[in-house]
Amino acid sequence: MAEEQRIVLRNYGKIDPLKIDDYIAQNGYKSLEKARAMDPKAVIDEVKKSNLRGRGGAGFNCGQKWSFAYQAQADEKYVVCNADEGEPGTYKDRLIMENDPHTLFEGMAICAHAIGAKKGYIYCRGEYPYIVEILKTAISQAKEKGVLGDFDIEVRSGAGAYVCGEETALIESLEGKRGEPRFKPPYPPSEGLWGKPTIVNNVETFANIPVIMDKGAEWFAAIGVPSYPGTKVVTLTGDVNNRTFFEVPTHTTIREVIYKLGGGTPGGKKFKAVQIGGTSGAFIPESQLDTPIAFDNMSAIGATLGSGAVFVLDETREIVDTVTRITGFFEHESCGKCAPCREGTARCAELMEKINAGLGSQKDLNLLEKLGRVMTYSCLCGLGQAAPTPALSTIKHFRADYEAKFI
Amino acid sequence: MINLTIDGIQVSVPKGSTILQAAAQAGIRIPTLCWHPDQAVKANCRICVCEVEGNRLLQAACSTPVTDGMVVKTKTPKVIEARTMILELILANHPQDCLNCIRNQNCELQDLAAEYFIRDNPFENKTRGYELDRSTPSIVRDQNKCVLCRRCIDACSVTQSVYALGLENRGVSSMVVPTLGEPLIESPCVMCGQCIHACPVGAIYENEQIDELLAAIADPDKVVVTQIAPAVRVALGEEIGMKTGDLPMEVLVNGLRQVGFDYVLHTNFTADLTIIEEGNELLKRLKEGGTLPMFTSCSPGWINFCETFYPDLIDNLSTCKSPQQMFGALVKTYWAEKMNIDPGNIYSVSIMPCTAKKYEASRPEMCDSGYRDVDLVLTTREIGRLFRMSGIDFSKLAPSQFDPWMGQYTGAAVIFGATGGVMEAALRTVYEIVTEQELQDVNFRMVRGMEGIKEAEVDLNGTVVKVAVAHGLSNARKVMDQVRAGQCDYHFIEIMACPGGCIGGGGQPITKANAKRAERIDAIYIEDEGLPIRKSHNNPEVKMIYNELLHEPLGYKSHELLHTHYQFKNKKYL
Ligand SMILES: Cc1cc2nc3c(=O)[nH]c(=O)nc-3n(C[C@H](O)[C@H](O)[C@H](O)COP(=O)(O)O)c2cc1C
Ligand code: SF4
Ligand code: SF4
Ligand code: SF4
Ligand code: SF4
Ligand code: FES
Repeated sequence: MAEEQRIVLRNYGKIDPLKIDDYIAQNGYKSLEKARAMDPKAVIDEVKKSNLRGRGGAGFNCGQKWSFAYQAQADEKYVVCNADEGEPGTYKDRLIMENDPHTLFEGMAICAHAIGAKKGYIYCRGEYPYIVEILKTAISQAKEKGVLGDFDIEVRSGAGAYVCGEETALIESLEGKRGEPRFKPPYPPSEGLWGKPTIVNNVETFANIPVIMDKGAEWFAAIGVPSYPGTKVVTLTGDVNNRTFFEVPTHTTIREVIYKLGGGTPGGKKFKAVQIGGTSGAFIPESQLDTPIAFDNMSAIGATLGSGAVFVLDETREIVDTVTRITGFFEHESCGKCAPCREGTARCAELMEKINAGLGSQKDLNLLEKLGRVMTYSCLCGLGQAAPTPALSTIKHFRADYEAKFI
Repeated sequence: MINLTIDGIQVSVPKGSTILQAAAQAGIRIPTLCWHPDQAVKANCRICVCEVEGNRLLQAACSTPVTDGMVVKTKTPKVIEARTMILELILANHPQDCLNCIRNQNCELQDLAAEYFIRDNPFENKTRGYELDRSTPSIVRDQNKCVLCRRCIDACSVTQSVYALGLENRGVSSMVVPTLGEPLIESPCVMCGQCIHACPVGAIYENEQIDELLAAIADPDKVVVTQIAPAVRVALGEEIGMKTGDLPMEVLVNGLRQVGFDYVLHTNFTADLTIIEEGNELLKRLKEGGTLPMFTSCSPGWINFCETFYPDLIDNLSTCKSPQQMFGALVKTYWAEKMNIDPGNIYSVSIMPCTAKKYEASRPEMCDSGYRDVDLVLTTREIGRLFRMSGIDFSKLAPSQFDPWMGQYTGAAVIFGATGGVMEAALRTVYEIVTEQELQDVNFRMVRGMEGIKEAEVDLNGTVVKVAVAHGLSNARKVMDQVRAGQCDYHFIEIMACPGGCIGGGGQPITKANAKRAERIDAIYIEDEGLPIRKSHNNPEVKMIYNELLHEPLGYKSHELLHTHYQFKNKKYL
């Protein structure tokens, strides 16, 4: 049975986001109080035990990440919330910030206590100016109430580039530089913002924290798939009846999301494919729809959970044409720092355009596959590494669609 | 120490080493393109990727620190496939122009293409169609050849603190541009040419003017006279297959005759003259309470920098022209008269380690002889090309002497080529003027070497003179900021724009590593040691010119011909 379970969206529709008292009435900031009464190490252990993994796409164990920043010696540490949400078709972070900003602040403040930080930043997507206003108002209310104590949160508006969602590019952008990824290691928990230990977590990740502190790690760890426990907010777009969002436990399968919650494809048309995780996600065929929307389960079929965007295509959609447009997106969004992505995204787009225009051949497809493969493991950051995924996954699952386009 | 295995070889390296460094120790060279030995790691070309056991992704050797028990493989099929394809991608966006390229046979990209035997590039060649930037008299930029390694940006901003270069656009449209995307001449560029050394390919190079020399040589009416700067000899041999410092001066002189110069003279002559003028200027300022500290003025890259960034300190600059320009003013007056040659027929060519000197010679005020004082500046690299074209076997070429009147020089002039050299040469002379005693040990070792900023105190019969030496403009900036803030009590400061001094100048044989600069410095001091006269004021021809023309240092004639004034360069975007 597929059912919604609201953890991060627990207050959705129940409170007025611009009234801090509403949040406090829902037990708000109680978890922070609880955490502050605990030893930082114990807070981190609790988060570790919950097995909460990052909701921003990379799926890194949250408590473990915090422990690196906790161990790092430095006079200053930072907590950064990644609210860049540049993935087309994704708006889960917006939902949280728009409807329950304090849950995000509370999560960040707990992190700050755990790692020993005094300063936090929310890097908010440039296209969300009204969200910035909500956040600023809510922060001033929290300051007035004194609930954040000596932890200060500042909101910064993003530079509008997709790559700025990558954590090190985000840090560069926060530092006022060109938004480009850094090489890793060093990772942000040891050297991040201004070279200081920095935790970068996604909005949804932080939003889970107050609940984990409240209800306990064991309670959380028991929800959904054990390797990626909890819930995931999914946003449905494309050829699906209910183009909306759901928060579901992570053992929910893609099929359940599309058919039970999403109401299936409209107009009686047949399902063709679904792209999960955003623009760089893999296209998944019918045969793999019983995969749970959890990190490792998705990896096992060569896909990614990513941001949780679910883009459904029915039989009338042209796969090759869709992928061609996506390769154009990446050609445009590559920051240009590393050679394989800078040149590679442009060549992917070139090859896809050629094939899509009916001018391609098997040779072009082979080259595209090889190029995609090299990019996945040679590019400097996740953008270039993931950019070929739509092409590679559709070549794998929908090869006939490509062959039909050959000269 | 960290223990790891690279291609089955056990190595033990200090903590913090990269895979690249560990591999070098294991005797394995990993290819690189964006990596530079003296710059911060960039990790943007991805040519150096390797397999590291336990990692799905390939790891960049230049940026990845080693860990205990790490197992690295540097040449698996996966690695070779990746490197080859990355190269193909870069080459497909690069003009297929090696035969016509100034960096042909001296290009890191070309070497890589050969190493990975790129033959049929599967990607269609596209060129970007950018116009060349020839806006300065010194530097040419061809962004069509740029591989976006960003080494030039590092050189210009980190090493030189000029920040003339930056990035514009993103993705395949990314390009390196001067400030705000305008031509280089509009930017604060000081024309030092350090970006040329940093560039692995032919995307930045000197304004090549060999053809202008050949035209002058071919013109029967022209008397082609050359001066050669002190830093040239030690490096020029590198261009013709010799070791640093191995080309003997007299053989070089004959080489210049062979390629068509009518008279071969030496900038060292005016370097010695500079010491007399500048040394006396310092003493005058000390005595009469002139502006102190006094800065040396023989590096036009530095002059541009001071005029652009420290206009408030222009009065601190010595009014002495650079040796090149002193020479230029004298060759068409003093020397022309002595030789009985119509100065209008003299075509004065200087051979310099320097790109900024091309600009300096073109300054409108540099025509005190009544003509343009220096008609053409060629870099060491350009002369190297001419020498290669000449077909001469330099190991068999007979020696030849400099021509008279402006060809004699001392060890003090030779060391002008190295950082600290002008200071040391000046001290050798100033000491003797002030103390009226002979200086026993002429070596002032504390101002030598590659350290960025050097300081010394010299006791001149009770008067202590405090001096500082800086090379590379980011070091100069540090000193200048102190001077501006009134935080230092130096009397005399030597600044050279280029790291290592002129031996590392923008016109020298392409020098990626500072280690090469250090080698050239060694060669300079060996030459100094071997010369019979090592103090500028003992140069017989210098004595002669004071007798015959100048009469006294800082005198009327000196001011007419050997001194100048500098002015604020108002760059729009500073
Ligand atoms: C190209 C690119 C874009 C990304 N965009 C986002 C984003 O918009 N929001 C986000 O939270 N993480 C994004 N990430 C992932 C971040 O780099 C980082 O892993 C994440 O913020 C860590 O938070 P988490 O551990 O809570 O997931 C992006 C990564 C890449 C490579
Ligand atoms: S992979 Fe692409 S986006 Fe990432 S650093 Fe390289 S060029 Fe920039
Ligand atoms: S010549 Fe010197 S100042 Fe000009 S761009 Fe190159 S490095 Fe910068
Ligand atoms: S101009 Fe040369 S040094 Fe600068 S980025 Fe391009 S290739 Fe690299
Ligand atoms: S240090 Fe020498 S080579 Fe460099 S700009 Fe100055 S004079 Fe030219
Ligand atoms: S040399 Fe390592 S990435 Fe360029």
